[in-house]
Amino acid sequence: MLLAVGSLTVMGVALGGLLGAAARFLAVEENPLEEELKAMLPGSQCGQCGYVGCGQAAAALARGEAPVTLCPPGGRATAEALAKKLGVTADLSEHEEKGPEYAVIVEDLCIGCTRCIKECSVDAIMGANKLMHSVIVDVCHGCAKCVKVCPTDAIEMRPIPVTLSNWHWAKPEAGHTVH
Amino acid sequence: MKLFPIRGGIHPDYRKELASEKAIVSLPMPALLYIPLQQHIGAPAEVLVSEGQTVKKGQMIARGTGAVSAPQHASTSGRIKAVTQIPAPHPSGLAQTTIVIEPDGKDEWAELPEPIADPFTADAHTINERVAISGIVGMGGAAFPSAIKLNLGTQKKLDTLLLNGAECEPYLTCDDRVMREHADEVIDGARIMAHALGVPRVVIAIEDNKPQAIEAMTLAAKPFAQIEVVGVPVQYPMGSERHLVQAITGRETPAKKLTADIGVVVHNVATARAVHHAVRHGRPLLSRVVTVSGAAVRETNNIEAPIGARVSDLIAYCGGFVVEPASLVNGGPMMGQPLPGLDVPVIKGMSGILALTAAEINAQPASACIRCGTCVTICPCGLVPVEMAAFIRKDNFEVAARLGVMDCVSCGSCSWVCPSHIPLVHYFNYAKGMINAQERERRKNDQTRVLAEAHTQRVEAAAEAKRAALAAKKAQATAATATEEKASA
Amino acid sequence: MSLSSINQSGPFTHAASSVQKTMFMVLLALIPATAYDLYLFGWPAILLFTVTVGSCVMVEAGCLILVDQPTKAAFDGSAILTGWLLAMSLPPWAPWWIGVLGAVFAIALAKHTFGGIGQNMFNPAMVARVALLVSFPVIMTAWTMPHPLFSASAPGLAEAFNITFGAGMPDSVSAASALGYVKTELSRGIPVTQSMAHVPDLMDMALGTRAGSLGETSAILILAGGLFLMARRIISWHTPLAVMGSLFLMGTLFHAVDPARYTDGMFHLMSGATFLGAFFIATDYVTSPVSKRGQLVFGAGCGILTWTIRTYAGYPEGMAFAILLMNSLTPIIDQYTRPRAFGRTQKGEPLPLGEKAK
Repeated sequence: MLLAVGSLTVMGVALGGLLGAAARFLAVEENPLEEELKAMLPGSQCGQCGYVGCGQAAAALARGEAPVTLCPPGGRATAEALAKKLGVTADLSEHEEKGPEYAVIVEDLCIGCTRCIKECSVDAIMGANKLMHSVIVDVCHGCAKCVKVCPTDAIEMRPIPVTLSNWHWAKPEAGHTVH
Repeated sequence: MKLFPIRGGIHPDYRKELASEKAIVSLPMPALLYIPLQQHIGAPAEVLVSEGQTVKKGQMIARGTGAVSAPQHASTSGRIKAVTQIPAPHPSGLAQTTIVIEPDGKDEWAELPEPIADPFTADAHTINERVAISGIVGMGGAAFPSAIKLNLGTQKKLDTLLLNGAECEPYLTCDDRVMREHADEVIDGARIMAHALGVPRVVIAIEDNKPQAIEAMTLAAKPFAQIEVVGVPVQYPMGSERHLVQAITGRETPAKKLTADIGVVVHNVATARAVHHAVRHGRPLLSRVVTVSGAAVRETNNIEAPIGARVSDLIAYCGGFVVEPASLVNGGPMMGQPLPGLDVPVIKGMSGILALTAAEINAQPASACIRCGTCVTICPCGLVPVEMAAFIRKDNFEVAARLGVMDCVSCGSCSWVCPSHIPLVHYFNYAKGMINAQERERRKNDQTRVLAEAHTQRVEAAAEAKRAALAAKKAQATAATATEEKASA
Repeated sequence: MSLSSINQSGPFTHAASSVQKTMFMVLLALIPATAYDLYLFGWPAILLFTVTVGSCVMVEAGCLILVDQPTKAAFDGSAILTGWLLAMSLPPWAPWWIGVLGAVFAIALAKHTFGGIGQNMFNPAMVARVALLVSFPVIMTAWTMPHPLFSASAPGLAEAFNITFGAGMPDSVSAASALGYVKTELSRGIPVTQSMAHVPDLMDMALGTRAGSLGETSAILILAGGLFLMARRIISWHTPLAVMGSLFLMGTLFHAVDPARYTDGMFHLMSGATFLGAFFIATDYVTSPVSKRGQLVFGAGCGILTWTIRTYAGYPEGMAFAILLMNSLTPIIDQYTRPRAFGRTQKGEPLPLGEKAK
């Protein structure tokens, strides 16, 4: 009896000590994944994913709470990169349907309040107080933050048009017996 | 001359006899000319004229912009009817800015740049400059601005100018006719280009199925020891730049490099002729020879058409269609692009207009792959089409890229041989488009990240400055009160 | 103007090739050997052949109906070819249900469970043959000597019906195949050098006047069919040469070491299903590698395994097993034998810009 209790105690203490030591010496620093994921997101803090900013979104991704397709402005490229990083397979069809967009300021409605200019996290909107604003198309990444702050609903999002320079062949029609 | 073998390749039904014996004819000036701003690889040209303005033949009506671009010229004299959007000769059928000229019938020349009297004493820069302002682009189909390729001599160590007269595409005979009828002009152009490039040697490669062209060119090249005319085996895609270089020199261009990196610059024979006109006569590129062929067209022809003439003008000249064509192709049947309609204009890179019947195309519904491996055997690029297509079908572009889909030259050989009629090249074109689009997206995301960081920093710096200013003000105020207190005390 | 092909990229011309044409070309190449063999083995063989090919087409059609695809594909030649090859690997006087069961194994089990044409991992005919051999070893090794049609010993049509659909093969006609005979003798302690004296000579084996399955006999006609396929560029020389070369090499090598234990290379080539296997089974598109180098590896593997099984394993003939084993390696062979891409090293890196313009 005594022997059993004794040996179990010794074993318990030894193994417990080992675990404790392991926890101390083999401890992993703050999850580096989160930082890496954050670096992959656009960083414009647009909030379209439903999180406050890209940092929070990265944290959610790291915890596996958010889908890799969470970032609309990042597009398919970002979703694929995230999926690869996290080792998950993602259904990217959503990105297929909704292509990238850019913001357009309707001249007649703009009152030159500069709110959108302040809101834009990539400085894609030009203009000054009381003057018509306009969007630099190449810089705008379609986060639509400006749409929300415009008091006159003068900003609309439009899909980036297909031109001769970005057109490409669509997938062949699967009219045949594909396996 | 010793030739080197190239990998794979096919022997399609060439059907060159349909048009090869038709001498080049000039197209009567159409009622309207449509000159698109983008007929080349690179940035579109910038319009220099406005509606209602009169222009002379050869006058520059749009200028090149940026590093890779080419100007456009009025193909005849007349009035600018409009600058508008019309469908481009592009499979998308998307519209692009196009200058519409109403010819006045006088065909009056503008004041042209002085001919370069002795190009062989002129420096390379002068010749390049002339080629650039003459709007010359690669006339074999790729339409890359020629001046840029002629400038490679300053950056790379070159030894050979390879003039591509292979014309390995079935049906096409325009280069054949140009070489037969204008051999002297081609040879002169080649000598000028060789001088500009600073290379001692010119090789003119012509597929053996064009004996008359080889004969004419050999004769014209006889006085010049530096020029060698070589017959190359009939093997599609012999005319592919990298493969032709390999066949002639035995050198294999490394992936992601140019043939110029291994000492060879390749130009099309028609381009050489255009260079001759530009340098010797000051004439910009205003017309090109287009092969109109296919079983659906009444009369096949090799037509020297002004740039901007519509496809319908050429088809009408050839007597229209015998039967409704199943496909209308811009270029050859292997690598050509489908034309979106008859109203699109002839552009600088358009070597052929083919009106093909269903029997000629022999399109069949695709069936399952039986892994026969023929596509692997014939791929001139050493790729595994069957495997790449399988991954692309699943939209797995990453693996497709690793398997080399971006190395594919879209020569079409695999689609041609496939017994299951699987549209392999279409899969590869799709994958290339998607991979390029993703690359653009990735670059944009990178740019966004940089801009967002800069923005954040600026906002923070501004806030910091504001805080500092506020603090300073406060401190000042406190100090002031303190002094006041002291003073009052 | 309506252009049907505007949403289809090029090329706008196509070779006059199709799956059906390819399949029928292979069938055409098989006809001389088959006709001769059917003549050799008479009515029972003809009946079994018909039953086997017919049930393969029917099973194919049934499977296509199940997966809701047009049954027209059952006649594209692939099912006929599978049935044909299966029939050629069966003992010619086997009962009818062997053919039917083989068809179910080949088409339903080996082909359609994997997704139909082009998707199967293993050669359907060989799967069926092996499954039958393992399940019914006695029937599947009941060979007979040739009894040519209209010869005195040949069974008439009525008798043939009795053999195929009724009582089965009379014991009196059974004979061992050369490979089987040598193996049995060897197991009784009789050295190869002695037993070889009793097997048909090489000429007889080449002509086919010996016991065996349809496809195991008449090597010369099989060879002719194979050469025809090569001339038509349906198959290339790589696989057949690798199979026969490695088999011959192994045979010759070991025979030189110990003639009493090992049969010689020529015997290996001419006996069993070597020719049929090398030209018609190992070259099966679907289940063999796509690149030429891969085909060499695959063929050599088949040859070496065949020799090994014939020499050491329990079965006298190993071609079917060898091919099935190599089938399972096809994906991995494919992966490691990709051709070198233009402008790249074998590893896929761009070529170095070393030896520039000389």
